[in-house]
Order: sequence, then C-alpha cells, then structure tokens
Amino acid sequence: MKAAAIALPRSQTGLWSYAAAALGVAVLAAVPEFVGLYQTQLLTYGLIMAIAALGFNLLLGYTGLLSFGHSAYFGLGAYTVAFLLQWLGIHSMEFYILLGLPVAAIVSALFGYICVRHTRIFFGILTLALSQVLYSLALKFFWVTGGTDGLRVPRPTLLAGMIDFAGSGGFPRFIRSYYYYVLGVFVLSAAIMWVIVHSPFGKALQAIRDNEIRARFLGLRIRRFRWAAFLLSGTFTALAGILWVPLNGLTTPDVLYWPFSGEIVFMTLLGGFRNFSGPIVGGIVFTFLKTYAVASTEYWQLLLGSVLVVLILLLPTGIVGALSQLAKRVWATKEGRT
Amino acid sequence: MSILAIQVLNSLFYASVLFLIAAGLSLIFGVMRIVNLAHGSLFAVGAYIAAWLVGRAIGLGVPVVWALLVIPIAAVAVALIGIVIEPLLLRPFYRRAEEYQLLVTFGLLLILEDLMRLVWGGLPLTADTVMDALPVVHIGGLVYPGYNILVIGIGIVAAVALWFLIYETKFGVLLRATSQDRRMAAALGLNVGLVYVAAFAIGCFMAGLGGAIVVPSHAAVLGMGVEALVLAFVVVVVGGLGSLKGALVGALIVSFVRTAGIQFFPEVELAVLYLIAAVVLIARPTGLFGTA
Amino acid sequence: MSLLRTVELRKRFGALNACDGVNFAVEKGEFLSLVGSNGAGKTTLVNLITAHLEPDSGRILFEDRDITGLSVSQRIKAGIARSFQLVNLFDGLSVFDNVALAIFARDGKTAKIATLAANDDDVRRETREVLAEFGLAAKGELSAGELAQGERKLLDVAVAYALRPNLLFLDEPTSGVSSAEKAQIMDTVSSVVRSGAVTAVVIEHDMDVVFRYSDRIVMMHEGAFLADGPPDAIRANETVASILLGISSPT
Repeated sequence: MKAAAIALPRSQTGLWSYAAAALGVAVLAAVPEFVGLYQTQLLTYGLIMAIAALGFNLLLGYTGLLSFGHSAYFGLGAYTVAFLLQWLGIHSMEFYILLGLPVAAIVSALFGYICVRHTRIFFGILTLALSQVLYSLALKFFWVTGGTDGLRVPRPTLLAGMIDFAGSGGFPRFIRSYYYYVLGVFVLSAAIMWVIVHSPFGKALQAIRDNEIRARFLGLRIRRFRWAAFLLSGTFTALAGILWVPLNGLTTPDVLYWPFSGEIVFMTLLGGFRNFSGPIVGGIVFTFLKTYAVASTEYWQLLLGSVLVVLILLLPTGIVGALSQLAKRVWATKEGRT
Repeated sequence: MSILAIQVLNSLFYASVLFLIAAGLSLIFGVMRIVNLAHGSLFAVGAYIAAWLVGRAIGLGVPVVWALLVIPIAAVAVALIGIVIEPLLLRPFYRRAEEYQLLVTFGLLLILEDLMRLVWGGLPLTADTVMDALPVVHIGGLVYPGYNILVIGIGIVAAVALWFLIYETKFGVLLRATSQDRRMAAALGLNVGLVYVAAFAIGCFMAGLGGAIVVPSHAAVLGMGVEALVLAFVVVVVGGLGSLKGALVGALIVSFVRTAGIQFFPEVELAVLYLIAAVVLIARPTGLFGTA
Repeated sequence: MSLLRTVELRKRFGALNACDGVNFAVEKGEFLSLVGSNGAGKTTLVNLITAHLEPDSGRILFEDRDITGLSVSQRIKAGIARSFQLVNLFDGLSVFDNVALAIFARDGKTAKIATLAANDDDVRRETREVLAEFGLAAKGELSAGELAQGERKLLDVAVAYALRPNLLFLDEPTSGVSSAEKAQIMDTVSSVVRSGAVTAVVIEHDMDVVFRYSDRIVMMHEGAFLADGPPDAIRANETVASILLGISSPT
C-alpha cells in the first residue's frame, strides 16, 4: 500500500510503551494527593469505564465484532453484587469479584454462542436484543430487582474485610481507598488484557478480524475464537460493573438499557479502537466529558451526540490514534523523510 | 368470543404500527446497507409532530375529523427531515467502515432525543381528541374504538402501497437494483445518490407515519423512540432484515405473541417474545425472509 | 501412488460446467502448472480440492486417503495448503506475525492465551527462516498492508508455505506484478518449494513463466483436461497451441 513505509523498530516501540505505561500508573497513583474528593471519585469512575471499554474493545478492535449490547454484562456485574448483598449478606469486595465474574462468564458464553453464528450487522442487532432481555427482566421482576427504584449497595469491605468504612469520616476514607483499590484492579486487568492480545490467541483473533477466509485456510476454527473473545469481553466488562456499583451506591435498570451500550462504543471510539490504550483514554475522557456535559446543560445528549458525529468525521482513529499518527509523522521527519 | 376478536384487533393495530417502523428500517438497510439506530427516534418525532399539529388544529377550531389529515402531514414532515439528514450526516460516511455508520446514527439518536425534549418539553403530548372523535364499533357486547380499525386499514394500505412501489413501479426497479448491486447500478448510469436520499426519505416517512398513527392512542413521551427501536429489531430478527414480507410477517408474529403474552404471562411477555425470536433464529439464522 | 488424485470430480454452476468429470493426478515432488483460459475451471478445481467448495459428485484422494468429506482445517492438517489469486493477507498484522501465525496455527498453539507470542522462540526462529527464504527478512516489522504488491504476493505464498504442507496450491502467484518482478517471484517460489520437497500446483496465465518453471503442464478447457505433459510435449501440441495463441476462444 504505502510505498514509503515508516518502520518503527518494534523493540523501541515496546520500550516506549512500557515506559509510558509505568509513567501513567505513577501519575494516576499520585492524583489523589493533588485533587479533591470529587475529582478522585470521578477518576475512579473513569478507571472503571476504562476497564469496561478495554473489555469491549477485545471484541471490536481485536476481533472485528461490533457489539451493541455490552450494557448487559456491565449491568449483570452490578446486579450480581446487589443480589450477593441482598441474599447472602456479602459485603466483601473480593467476594463480589470472585463470585460475580463466573456469573458473567456463563451469561457471556451463552449470549456469545447465540451471537457469533451471525454476521456483522445481525451480530450487532442480536447483541442489542439480548441485552434488552436482561433489561426487561430487571424491569418486570421488580420484587427481585427493585424495578426502576433499583437496589442499594452500601460501601463494601476491602481486602478480605480488613478495611471497612463505617463511622465518621467514612466517606472520604472510602473514596480515597476505593480509588487505589480500583486502580490496582485496573492495572491488573489491563496487564491481563495486554497479555491476551499479544498472545498467540490474540494474534489469531486479529488475523480473523483482518481476513476471515485466510484465517480459515490456516486451519483456525473461526466461530470458536470469536466465541472465546466474546466470553472474555463480557467478563471484563462485567468486572467494571462489579466495581461500579459500590461506588455508585445503587444499581438501576438504566445500566442495562441499550443507550448505555452505545456509550461504551462511543468512549472506545473516542479513545481509538485500533490501539491498546485507546479504550483506556476513551473511558476516562468520556467519563469527564459526560459529567461536565450533564452538569452544564439540560441538553447534554444533544451535546454528546454532536461531539460523537464530529469525532467520527474528524478523528476516526480516536484520540490515541490521532496522537500516534502525529508521533509517526514527527518520527519520519526526524529520520529525514517527509 | 368478542374478547378474542378484540385481542385480534389489538394485535393487528399494534402490528400495523410495528410494520411501518420495521419496513422503513428494512428498506433503508436493503438499499443503503445502513442500520439506522435513530429510526425509532424518527418514529417518535412523527408522533410528536402529529400530536402537536392536532393540538394546534383543535386550537384553531378545525373540526376534529379534519385533524386526521395531520397524520400524513406529520409523516411527510419526518420524510423532509430525512432528506436533510441524509446528505448532512450519512453521506460523508458511506465510504467508511460499517462501524462508523452505525455510530453516526447513534449520535443522531442522541441529538434527536434531546431536540424533542427541547422543542416539546418533558411532558407527554396527547392527541386523543382525534381518537375520541371517531365512532366506536360494537363487537359482541363490547365497544372498540373505530380509530383502531382505521389504523389497521392504514397499515394494510401502507403495506400494499409499499409493495406496489417496490415491485411494480420503475422507481421500485431502481431501488431494487441499487440494493442488489450498488456499483453495477452506478455503472449503468443510475444516480445512486438520488436513490439513496429517496430510499431514506421513504423509510423516514414510514417511521413518521407509524408515530403519527399511534399517537392518538398512545401519547408521545420522551424515550418512546429508544424503546420502539428494540421492538423494531425484534421484528427484523424474526422476519429478516431487508425484506418487506419479513417486516410484515415479523410484525404480525411479534404483535400476536405480545398480545398473547400480556394476556397469559403478563410479567414475562417480553421474555416470551425474545424466546420466539430465539427459536426463529436457530431455525433460520437470518430471520424468516432475511437477506442479511 | 500419486500424492493426489481426483476421481470423476464434477461441479456445475447453473449452466456452467466448471469441472466435468475431472480425473487429476499429482505426483509427489512435481512442480505442476495448471493453465487454461479464464473460466476453464482451474480455480474451481483448486477450490474443490482445498474444500473451499463442495463437489457435486466425485472423490478426492490424498495419499490414497479419501478426503472428499474433510473440512478445510482437516485438509490442512492432512498436508494441503493454498495461496490466493487476490492477495489474502492479514493487513493489520506485521509481516512477521503473518508468517508466525501460520506456524502457531499449524502447531496448534493458537489456544495459548497466557503467554506472549513474542516469547515463543521456536516459532520466532522458524518464522525468520521462512522470511529469509522468501527474501522478506528485512521487512518483518512492517505491517503487511505496507508492502509493495510483489512482496505481498511473496508473503501470501510464504504464509501458505509456513504451514509446511505436502501439497501446495498457488493461485496465480505472479498476477498483478510487473514482468521484472514475475521472474523474481517465481525464482524464489520454485527454489523454496523444491528445496523444501513440497509438491506444487500453480495456476498461471503467463506462459513464459509456465514453460520456464514447470515439470509438467496440465491444460484445462471448459471443465475438462485438454492436454497433460512436460513442457516440450505441450509446446508441440497443436490443439494447445491454437487455444493458447487462439485469438478466438471456442466459447
């Protein structure tokens, strides 16, 4: 395609990525020292959305499947926490995660099995429709799910019950501690996702994304890979939902409603779906963007919708994509080429 | 017995509305290969415009029966909105990947939803004076709104008209040619751009018409479009995307299942619907008559 | 025993008889060219053998085993691979990864999710070897989409070759490239294939290429075999000559 190829030596890029990542984590760890409680809380939500978007992008960016139904897994994670609290009296964050993830994995496996038998547009429509099955169940079975009122989830205990947040000063302590907790989970899950996409399995997914026919002619079982990606993707996004609900204090059916799936797609595209870090940037930026939009105008949907259209028009590769293209051009001029 | 008749009529009423929405969605997909996520919102816009016009008409002292004319006017208005939307928001993205097109329509949805809030506010807008003005029909010992019968009639007329347009007119040939092979059509000298706008406008007209005919019975509320899209999707999942017959059969199946569900399993009526959809999908992965 | 044999293989597309009772045999170690005018049925035959299409009737025997019912992945496991006429690569992956993936797939390592692909030294070594054989060693880090057309064709063959098949089908490996590059590509392909003891069947239109590199030439016409023999015999064959040089094709 392009005759003049810009060859960024992989090892050097690899080194840069590690350095950038380490720097990023260091910055994120230092943030609560410099900003107030509200911003810390907001950034916590941002990191949670980053996890959701990372999970979503395994399907979109790496497998080439656009799901419009990821609200299902986020909501599933959130409601599972609420049920664990309500029925089993569990308060421990670790249990929420340990018990919530398998539930999400099972549902993702089931939904994935139904959806990956279909091609692109129908796949998207199906993911949306299936997510709305969960939504309608959450609405209808109000005696179980609290209906539109939802279910409350108070502050959990962290680190196997060692830390709790009762008593005076509990709220600020919770916000700060929970930030670090989420940051830790975020770093761990980002690392896991990084390994997944750089593993032979991840390479196979990308091959299937790029050229399904050729992948089949290498002997790869296409449907199986897609199903596996779906399962992982849903589970990841469910983790975000699990982390979200103790911070939000409440889960309602809104988190299962399909426009929320649209937001997850939006934030991934905002950051850039062709880069690993795109969803992370997108998740964080979108959280801040939406919060400020909602705070500044009653017509925040109009604002966000317009931003989305402009974004697709001008920055189709997202923030990270645009930045990396810029970096490539700077690199090229440094090497004496234009 | 008369209760059964009323349930059947209710199903047909609902099916008429669903058919209009789904047929519009399918037509746009069939010709342009775009799934318009904002399609439900255009349905809602049709409802709002119709309800608003009815209110103005009544206010001006127009006899209520004449207010029925508002229905096609609202549908045309939505079609005109479509004619504005297509070149502005859709055309720039035809060469792009499908994902972007889908997302642009999602952006459009967000914009439209808030525009409705901006123009008409957060309270429901009704047009039931139109419904009340029409005589009731006696079925057995029960009364049934004549308006609903009218809606069923409109649905039938729309289905026939659409079928005629697509299969019996020269324009229909253009539509079908473009939908089957866009490049070939362009190579043969067809103005594909014009066909696209026209197809989109017709699809929007159908959505708007659906909204306009439903609003005398169900008030226009914010969020109705977002809800309607999910149902439209279930219809095309069952009936198949891109097929007129599929939209009709799908709408009928979905409506009757829904009515039966409400009657016998009110809590899980939606779940029963999805179950039926799942069964269809297992047997026919692209829906009953799908071309996708 | 022939490496591959088809028995009365038939495939129709409506009125078009793409394969009309084809009895095709490929001997081990051959470099065979499959020629014929467009629509003669060459690609259809390859598609049938590689399971891209299902035959209407007939059988396919590989190493005397009936593989007619086997799926694509099963045939690959049996030792049959192919490249494509329109270059079919993983454009989003690097050149290195394109070949590495074939090796991962071949060795059944694509289920590995907890290790980095970059850490598999065996695969990396073999990938480097294959790339070197095809003259692409320097381009490993580029993405496949960035290569020039000739290099893309070579990569396409390299990916199929990396599967270490016993029988390799190449569908027009020199189409779409300049004449200078054609020789280069065929030199590389034929030397790699011969040194690797891979039996190759090449669909080709360029008769210069065909005569220069093939051990045996098979000519198809309207779904049937018209001629079959070494280059000299084909050159001497008058029917072939008239069709090859034929300005008017009998259809």
